[in-house]
Amino acid sequence: MLFWLVVLLLVTIVFSMFLGRYPDPGLISIKRLATDPLAQKLVFNLRVPRILTALLLGASLAAAGGVFQMIFANPLVEPGFLGVSQGAAFGAAFCIIFLGGAAWVVQASAAFFGCLGLALSYLLARRVRYGGWVLRLILAGIAVSALFSAGLGILKYLADPLSQLQEITFWLLGGLWSITWKQFLTILPVVAVSLFIMWRMRWRLNLLSLSDETAFSLGVAPGRERTLLLLAGVAATSAVISVSGMVGWVGLIMPHIARRLFGADSQYMIPASILIGGIFTILCDDLGRTLMAGEIPLGILTSLIGAAVFAYLMIRQKIPTQR
Amino acid sequence: MESVLLSFENIRYIYPTAKAAVMENFDLQIAPGTITAILGPNGAGKTTLLHLALGWLRPADGVIKLNGKPLNSFSRRELGQWMGLVPQNENTPFEFSLLEFVLLGRTPYMAPLAMPGATDIEISRQKLSEVGMSALSERSVPSLSGGERQLVLVARALAQQPKILLLDEPTSHLDLSNKSKLVQVLRKLQSQGVTIVFTTHEPDVASALATHMVLMREGKVLKSGVAAEVMTDAALSELYDMSILVKEVEGKRIVLWDH
Repeated sequence: MLFWLVVLLLVTIVFSMFLGRYPDPGLISIKRLATDPLAQKLVFNLRVPRILTALLLGASLAAAGGVFQMIFANPLVEPGFLGVSQGAAFGAAFCIIFLGGAAWVVQASAAFFGCLGLALSYLLARRVRYGGWVLRLILAGIAVSALFSAGLGILKYLADPLSQLQEITFWLLGGLWSITWKQFLTILPVVAVSLFIMWRMRWRLNLLSLSDETAFSLGVAPGRERTLLLLAGVAATSAVISVSGMVGWVGLIMPHIARRLFGADSQYMIPASILIGGIFTILCDDLGRTLMAGEIPLGILTSLIGAAVFAYLMIRQKIPTQR
Repeated sequence: MESVLLSFENIRYIYPTAKAAVMENFDLQIAPGTITAILGPNGAGKTTLLHLALGWLRPADGVIKLNGKPLNSFSRRELGQWMGLVPQNENTPFEFSLLEFVLLGRTPYMAPLAMPGATDIEISRQKLSEVGMSALSERSVPSLSGGERQLVLVARALAQQPKILLLDEPTSHLDLSNKSKLVQVLRKLQSQGVTIVFTTHEPDVASALATHMVLMREGKVLKSGVAAEVMTDAALSELYDMSILVKEVEGKRIVLWDH
């Protein structure tokens, strides 16, 4: 069944290459693609990097979501948690207001503050004096996120409503309209390595969802292996949201869909999350860029469709599972 | 001298957040092939003892030896093949099937990042059926009752094929018929040469199963040795600080307590 998801992903990628609004809304013809230099430029320099970035975005958020949910043994956790998302949002807004809004500076600032959010959560959690490690991390993450979101509120209040505030809002809604090959290639190494680690350690992930002493009794080093997976998840998340802006719900919902279809075993859940996350995000981005003449921000579509699909899957009692 | 498989030598243990030591000058020897019951009031340090034996907690002083060698000379994977743990009560929010859950016990035998193979699945199925849960193998772990889950935890530890099985209050959620089933499973395991150490709050279970007993109180060994010698009116009464009678009925020891 995973094989069919791979096929579906490839079909989605090829289909999306042909889909767009040039010369007319809909699919471009092969003949035109073979002869029209503008069409070739459009497809290979704009659409392809964008589609591939959507793939990385969806795959990273979904894999990191699955990893975080297992590590924290909590199905309501998502990769932006632990201060990463709010930190990145603050970083982007800060940059738009005080450092000018050049795209790469905004990205660097978002990635930096995303990691700073994680670091602060971690340091705070180490100093909390009660509860287990997981509870402390969650509490620290909530506190740090709230801090950054208050800071973001102040920045929005300070922002020039005619230019900066719009730019901040658009970043917060998320989107891939400005993606080039260069940006794709910049994030590719980090994302590829992180995804590989999460995929390769998927069996260990099952064990890490158990209590520490049980994981230890089965030959796992819970502290070290959790940290490695956590770092991989955060690195992938920071890298993709630095170019896309905030894209919500993918990281929370895709692992649930993967579990509904393939069961809880990470052996299947992680690869399925990666594939489903990629397919879903590419399709949402397709809709965002073709449905209307103007661009619909990706974050809005992922939330809207993701939540609807999720609600539907939860209402349907049992989906026949097959491996 | 009797051979020793697992030994605690002059152990002192103190929790990172606590001031007073949980264990002080603690000595204990466990012989291969025995079933040892650890009895003691709440907070006596029974679970700590199991976690120390696993190598999960490290003593502040003293040495724990497995098969004559200090615990820290074993790799995690070796320890995983030597010892299995049945924790007190473990649940998961994720809908693992029973088979998937029991399969986790095969990890110490798999290459570090490998996936379980056909042999692992075969062994796990067999262990599920040994605890009488194979009919439910497609059910999910969170949907089980406390007692059913306890049996699945036992199956997972059995899939680990350990030489020493550590169980933390394994009967606490079991009804009488499942208790008797577990006693049989553990006896059979002993007959295959596995050494068993378990904590319990139920003297009856201890007397039904154990060849040896350790009475623990406030991190110290009150009394230890062959079950029949340890389990006396006086010793149990002192352990729990109440009057307790041990009677023999049809060759079985029954514990009567004042109520």
